[in-house]
Amino acid sequence: MELTLLLFIFVLAAFLGFELIAKVPSQLHTPLMSGSNAISGITVVGAILAIKTGSDSLSVWLGFAAIVLATINVVGGYMVTDRMLGMFKKKK
Amino acid sequence: MENLVNLSYIVASILFVFGIKMLGNAATARKGNLLSSVGMGLAILVTLLESGLDLKLVIAALLVGSVIGFVAAKRVQMTGMPELVALFNGFGGLASLLVGWAEYQRISHATTETVLGKIANAVDTAFVDMDAFTATVTVLAILIGGITFTGSMYAWGKLSGKLGGRALTFPAQKAFNALLALGIIVTGIVFAFDPTGSLGYPMLITVIVLSLLLGIFAVMPIGGGDMPVVISLLNSCSGLAACAAGFVIQNNVLIVAGCLVGASGLILTVIMCKAMNRTLVNVLFSGFGASAQSTGGTSTGEMKPVSVEDAYYILEAAKNVIVIPGYGMAVAQAQHAVKELGEILEENGCEIRYAIHPVAGRMPGHMNVLLAEADVPYEQLCEMDDVNPTIEMVDVAIVIGANDVVNPAAADDPSSPIYGMPIINAHKAKTTFCLKRGKGAGFSGLENALFTAPNTRMIYGDAKATVTGLVAQFKDS
Repeated sequence: MELTLLLFIFVLAAFLGFELIAKVPSQLHTPLMSGSNAISGITVVGAILAIKTGSDSLSVWLGFAAIVLATINVVGGYMVTDRMLGMFKKKK
Repeated sequence: MENLVNLSYIVASILFVFGIKMLGNAATARKGNLLSSVGMGLAILVTLLESGLDLKLVIAALLVGSVIGFVAAKRVQMTGMPELVALFNGFGGLASLLVGWAEYQRISHATTETVLGKIANAVDTAFVDMDAFTATVTVLAILIGGITFTGSMYAWGKLSGKLGGRALTFPAQKAFNALLALGIIVTGIVFAFDPTGSLGYPMLITVIVLSLLLGIFAVMPIGGGDMPVVISLLNSCSGLAACAAGFVIQNNVLIVAGCLVGASGLILTVIMCKAMNRTLVNVLFSGFGASAQSTGGTSTGEMKPVSVEDAYYILEAAKNVIVIPGYGMAVAQAQHAVKELGEILEENGCEIRYAIHPVAGRMPGHMNVLLAEADVPYEQLCEMDDVNPTIEMVDVAIVIGANDVVNPAAADDPSSPIYGMPIINAHKAKTTFCLKRGKGAGFSGLENALFTAPNTRMIYGDAKATVTGLVAQFKDS
């Protein structure tokens, strides 16, 4: 993909990110943090792409480790956030 | 196929955007989290369709990671939440570092080992070469990922008490860190000029090592009380690392998602800094809480202890009570006992509220999570600004393991390091109980004039035992 296009996407996403959560009630600070933390595990997509057949073994193992770590981040992050938000929900 | 993958990435990005948006609102937060996880699932699934992947290995890795993440998320206690968030954060950062490294390995391997690579090298290095931009973003992914990893691990060590919570400083620490940073910049530039040359790999490894070191040394001088800022900043960094990794492999969903996390994490960081009335630079570089306070704030009065029984008589007559929880409540795991006390006080015809300071605890919203776990009704939680105007009407303020957030020096002692930080004015309540483990200074090492104020009574001992004792007194009568 063209470089300028990627930068363009980056800048727009940055502005969007700042606009998205202008005011968050303090009750939600932790879930917001752990939920967005889970999203940062998107790097798993990059890790998957590193394991191509025919790649040399070092890059395969680097990719393997990266997938494991990022998946822990993703699965754990989403589940723990859901657990927390579930506790918030119980009250009326 | 290419189109399907890219379209799915767009859908995933939209789900992330809505997910984060909905996470910022109590009514929709859970659904938002679900939406963003669906987006993540979609992104992962379509990536598996990419041709040429070694699927067996990929799926094995995904399974291993899922099981570990699942078990960790199921087993963690709510009091262990800050540590777990730090840990996950670190893993995300390390993953981004590895992605950058693996991509470099793939490219450099192609240029040196394969026949095609050798020919390309002989004819024109630029043919399979890494361009300067890709080299730069690779350095960035490794740098940010590395700092996030070791920084989070160090924070994890501090939070779980393995490394001691205090800020650690040594002479010329700032200079040392600056030197580390400079070293990374220089090696990064050398690398970017000729990434696939003979100096390429040594330079890359140097960047990795220096970044990992910088993460440790950057978090080292930051005290436990500033952890909410550090945790949310590291969270922001893990997003930026993913974003940089996205530039390395030119993948738009990584760029969008990483950037969203980076931006929202930064906002949370700024909120935390504002709650302490300090700048981010000050939090990161001041070495706050490293040594005991040397100037000002020398307390003149005596701490006046009170027994649980006497405290009970005062509470029994109280009509308006606020509880001010802090990190000490988390350490003592006292939240359930506190909730029980709250219920009993309510039955006794007393109005009970929980005053929560934005930076109480070790991560943003820490106290809210604990009290929610104990089933404290949401209406009873109030923020600092709602409590302070009427605090003079409060009969008893019970400070449970909080220190800096109720330290009057922040309001009236210009020489205090925390001067200017908004606090909950517990010292203005008619009576204040401070539950404290012992007589020593708190986590930050600051004297607290609240403890010696005329209307303050200290209740020493484990917070959970004390609160349980109070509950027992109510039940016996």
